[in-house]
Amino acid sequence: MTEKNIIDLKNIVVEYDGEQVLKGIDLSIKDGEFVTLLGPSGCGKTTTLRIVGGFVEPDSGDVFFDGKRINGLQPYKRQVSTIFQRYALFPHLNVYENIAFGLRVNKVPEKELQQRVRDAVELVGLRGFEKRKIDTLSGGQQQRVAIARSIVTRPKVLLLDEPLAALDLKLRKDMQVELKSIQQSLGITFLFVTHDQEEALSMSDTVVVMDKGVIQQIGTPQDIYNEPVNAFVADFIGESNIVDGVMLKDNLVRFAGQSIACVDKGFGKNEPVDVVIRPEDIDVVRPDESPLHGLVDSVTFKGVHYEAIVDVDGFKWMIQTTDVVRAGEEIGILLNPDDIHVMKKSEYSGKFGDYSTFSEEMDLLSDPNYQEDAEESVAAEAEE
Amino acid sequence: MKKRFSSHLVGCPYYVWAAIFIVVPVLMVLYYSLTDANGAFTLDNLKNLVGFSDTLVLSIWLGAIATVICLIISYPMAYILSRSGANTQRTLLLLVMLPMWINLLLRTYSWMTILEDTGLINTLLGKLGIGPIHMINTSGAVVLGMVYNFMPYMIMPLYSIMTKIDKTTIEAAQDLGASGLQVLGKVIFPLSVPGIASGITMVFVPSVSTFYISQKLGGTGYTLIGDVIDNQFTNNARNMGATLSLVLMVLILLCMAVMNQFTAEDDEGAILV
Ligand SMILES: Nc1ncnc2c1ncn2[C@@H]1O[C@H](COP(=O)(O)OP(=O)(O)OP(=O)(O)O)[C@@H](O)[C@H]1O
Ligand SMILES: [Mg+2]
Repeated sequence: MTEKNIIDLKNIVVEYDGEQVLKGIDLSIKDGEFVTLLGPSGCGKTTTLRIVGGFVEPDSGDVFFDGKRINGLQPYKRQVSTIFQRYALFPHLNVYENIAFGLRVNKVPEKELQQRVRDAVELVGLRGFEKRKIDTLSGGQQQRVAIARSIVTRPKVLLLDEPLAALDLKLRKDMQVELKSIQQSLGITFLFVTHDQEEALSMSDTVVVMDKGVIQQIGTPQDIYNEPVNAFVADFIGESNIVDGVMLKDNLVRFAGQSIACVDKGFGKNEPVDVVIRPEDIDVVRPDESPLHGLVDSVTFKGVHYEAIVDVDGFKWMIQTTDVVRAGEEIGILLNPDDIHVMKKSEYSGKFGDYSTFSEEMDLLSDPNYQEDAEESVAAEAEE
Repeated sequence: MKKRFSSHLVGCPYYVWAAIFIVVPVLMVLYYSLTDANGAFTLDNLKNLVGFSDTLVLSIWLGAIATVICLIISYPMAYILSRSGANTQRTLLLLVMLPMWINLLLRTYSWMTILEDTGLINTLLGKLGIGPIHMINTSGAVVLGMVYNFMPYMIMPLYSIMTKIDKTTIEAAQDLGASGLQVLGKVIFPLSVPGIASGITMVFVPSVSTFYISQKLGGTGYTLIGDVIDNQFTNNARNMGATLSLVLMVLILLCMAVMNQFTAEDDEGAILV
């Protein structure tokens, strides 16, 4: 990765039918960077990608490529290539000709073309498949053809719209590793779209979290996970308990009826805040070992750890612990200062990070008798 | 096994129908073409075909010209149709289909009144001090009639196959550096070949065998194979008529066999079968 920006989006606005689907996107991508757009369905990820690809023109704002403004430049003149969600391979061409397509339309000499196609085939591990028809390939193989077809044209930037969404879990994990290694070996910039947060965290140099056409946060995976800027990001990335608090002074926050040391500062005196506590950061201790107490509502065994829903001062927390806890038990909750993350209040405050509904749902869903009971009672009524 | 049997059963009425209205008539045509007026076996009818070769060639020639013109006009039209908005598509489709709901005879008669030496066009031209231009009873008028009457049969299969081409496939081609013309030549055209084949068959077959259009718009100068067959039967020369029909049938089957080579791969395009 270099320090030079390859793509700059400046205040991009896109409207469909009077509805703003991108509300002023600012994003800079460095040459060679692996950037992931992450967000729920309909937040504008694909639209952002299509802006860069040239398939959508922004209603306002500028797109820069390598420092040059490229608004209005036709897709075929842009040095970016897209891997579409449904691959969009050419059904009338075989694997070889699909991969060669970009070189043929650019009139690359036959000898060079053959070499480059062969290299691309090799890179994605499709040797021996050159003569196959597209509809005889599995999803994973089609995915590889799509990747080879794009990289063979040596684009500066590769745009990938949920390229792994259609693959099963095992293949997906393999392809994540493979894509990452292709990106590193070729040194090209990847702009990757997903709504799978784990995928985003494990593959990217930079994660861009979006919601409702607005970028919520841009940062490294660690930043995004450890220092979410608001309740939306905290909730979208991993599990989070988000509770109301008041910042008493620097390094001291009050929530759940207790004043607790933290490492956050720079808030106003007595400013209302959102406090994020990750379930895995919480230490479970004996009740007399901590001022913060909770009553265990329910416990689910998850293999490596237990997942407990705990009532703390009327608010349901999720706690992940390797200690054995039982429903109905009173426990002490110990928090180190750096386990606590304090955020400013936002439009998302109070909407996320409460596990009271979660626990009920989980109870019903994980109780195998629940459905059967219901059916039995219906059957019993019918018999009467 | 059970399912197979029942599906055969369901097909039964259709088999009977096909036997009565397709197989039996074909056998009858075959029988009449190999017999004389008294029902005795003869090969004379086949020998007499030589006398009709000019008519046959003219029919194929005019039919082919009409088909090519239809294709040239319909292809861009179908493409534009398939790429326009849903409402525009509906309106344009309606306009394409509308003439098909009016009887072929009526439509051909209207063309007569338009093309006649004292017809609509020449009257207008006369007012402008030009002409008159002789249009009726020319080969051009016959081809015009064919193109006009059978054009929808070219547009429909083309349109239907073009709407099936995935938009992202086209975007992918642009994305890989293909200009508008290259997208057309390397993606849209190859993917629409089955539609082209269907369209060609559906226009060529009725054009070759038409008799009404050539009678009304071609006068006596452009008698086509269909007219000859019509003539034979109305003049009670049933056996020669049957032989000519047989030739036409073989020709049409040949044409369909060739065209099906292009549609067979992709059953979506095979609208005619
Ligand atoms: N061509 C269009 N016409 C009208 N609305 C559109 C169009 N394309 C996208 N939208 C709307 O814009 C919003 C953002 O769409 P976009 O495809 O960018 O979402 P996304 O983040 O990619 O979602 P997903 O994860 O479901 O793919 C959606 O509300 C969508 O309905
Ligand atoms: Mg999308």
